[in-house]
Amino acid sequence: MNIRRRIATVVGAFAIFTIAVLVFAPTVGSTSISLRTAFDRSIAWDNNVDAQIFFVARLPRVLSGALVGAALAAAGVVLQALLRNPLATPFTLGVSAGGALGAMIAISLGLDLGLLGVSSVPIASFTGSLIAIAIVYALASSQKRGLSTNVLLLAGVTLNSFFSALILFVQYMSDFTQSFRAVRWMMGDLDVGNYVPIVAALPFLVCAFAVFAALPRTLNLLTMGEDVAAARGVEVTRAQRWAFLSASLATGAAVSLGGPIGFIGIIVPHIVRLMVGSDHRIVLPAAVLFGAAFTVLCDLAARTVMAPVELPVGVITALIGGPFFLWLLVKRS
Amino acid sequence: MKKQLLRYPLLAGLIVVLAAAVHAQQAQRIVSLVPALTEMLYAIGAGSQVVAVSSYDDYPPQVKSLPRVGALLDPDTERILSLTPDLVITYGSQVDLQAQMRRASIATFDYRHGGLDHILTTIRALGQRTGRNAEAQNVISGLQIRINAVKDRVMGKARPRTLLVFSREPRALRNMYVSGGRGFLRDMLVVAGGVDVFEEVGRESVQATTELILARAPEVILELRPEIIPAGAELDEEMKVWARLATVPAVKNKRIYFITGQQMTVPGPRVADGIERMAKVLHP
Repeated sequence: MNIRRRIATVVGAFAIFTIAVLVFAPTVGSTSISLRTAFDRSIAWDNNVDAQIFFVARLPRVLSGALVGAALAAAGVVLQALLRNPLATPFTLGVSAGGALGAMIAISLGLDLGLLGVSSVPIASFTGSLIAIAIVYALASSQKRGLSTNVLLLAGVTLNSFFSALILFVQYMSDFTQSFRAVRWMMGDLDVGNYVPIVAALPFLVCAFAVFAALPRTLNLLTMGEDVAAARGVEVTRAQRWAFLSASLATGAAVSLGGPIGFIGIIVPHIVRLMVGSDHRIVLPAAVLFGAAFTVLCDLAARTVMAPVELPVGVITALIGGPFFLWLLVKRS
Repeated sequence: MKKQLLRYPLLAGLIVVLAAAVHAQQAQRIVSLVPALTEMLYAIGAGSQVVAVSSYDDYPPQVKSLPRVGALLDPDTERILSLTPDLVITYGSQVDLQAQMRRASIATFDYRHGGLDHILTTIRALGQRTGRNAEAQNVISGLQIRINAVKDRVMGKARPRTLLVFSREPRALRNMYVSGGRGFLRDMLVVAGGVDVFEEVGRESVQATTELILARAPEVILELRPEIIPAGAELDEEMKVWARLATVPAVKNKRIYFITGQQMTVPGPRVADGIERMAKVLHP
């Protein structure tokens, strides 16, 4: 089959699935609501509980889930190709640990630097991510010329452990309720409660996705090795730089929005590869779509399975993602 | 005659021995790792028997000069032993510390959080362990009188369905933990004439999503904060975040209240203050 037609069919199928999930997810929750009432404009906003549940509670939650899932899955694909390591995740290079450290500091110091309606925790988290990106990037590009993926990986992993130690230290020094909030933040939470945090994260995600859109062909060549890629006319250093920065930016924005939700960034790329092969022209868009749908579905489970008791979405992604991935792995081999 | 003379010293000796035995049972050197129980000890007049407290203790003010020996997660066993206590007040979950104290033949008083009644029974139990039975009974009666006075005052009044918020992110309705129908804070709310809006969940705390709050539609929102929020811009900001949930009756009728101060969240002898403050807000 012609590659263009194959891209169109596969990505189209994923798009239909994702849209179906996005339309379905806000219609169910811990409470049953009437959609007719929710969309009835004749009822005053202040009196329309169903509309409030739909537009204030569920829709921002589904949207943030979709954005976080898409960003983490895409960042996973890009970093696995860049580092040529199937175990790479968006959290491998220390970005999320930087974000987590920022959030921990904001929580335990009770920082209140709310800007334009965004609370301090996401802002501190995003700042932490940016600092981590800057450190890893500076370390990886300090040697001779170009960007060393080996140094990138080692520096990232080391920074990750270093930040994790600082996180433990900050947690240990804070009091019980703060420690609990911090631990809960680490499990991921998409109940953002309004659209402001989503709008705040959007510009960064749009930038990252714009770069992702230009990457697939380069990633295909990079996975074959830097020499091969260079021989085929890829400006390797520049491509690596863009891949690292865009994936890190997406990760930082996603973590600040929903916390470091585990498993999406490693499981979704592999599931998608098992389904559609390894051509990044298909894998990347498919991972974006499937990541969004997967996260929204996991969050749907998180908010309904034990309702009115909420489950952390990070627990669900691991509980569903792990076995599903293993099943797919065994079935395929 | 001689025999009779001998009888009195023997009796006196017996009394001395018995008194010593009872005295030995009554703790004279107490280490308290639980702030609420430290407060109770001071309230029943056993403050002079307390030799060290946890790193979180700051009430009553006298404790500030006492040595600190760690807390729930990091009790400093060595320091505790070096203070030669005869009673160590621990949390029920500090099983390692309890085992260590047993090996050192030091008695422990193992405490777990419970409901409002549990506060009173704990005060009584501490009275027995410290030889302050009468004082403990006085404190308990005093609390009961105040609790009953509140009960009488709110009797027959409509009981608003109340969302009791323990913690959330500043300036946002995220990561919100609220009372779920169990524990002393929920009991305080009930005495003060309210109904927990998550009564049937049966947990000490639940994470409340915006959807749950919209669906439960509480008539009053009561936020408990250990720290004082100064009236003004910051408090307005914290009130304003609720405006998003416009259909909630508490938001519509502007019945959102912040009750601040540490005494609200410590299950000790200051609960009556907390109950009275809650009642004042719920039934002005």
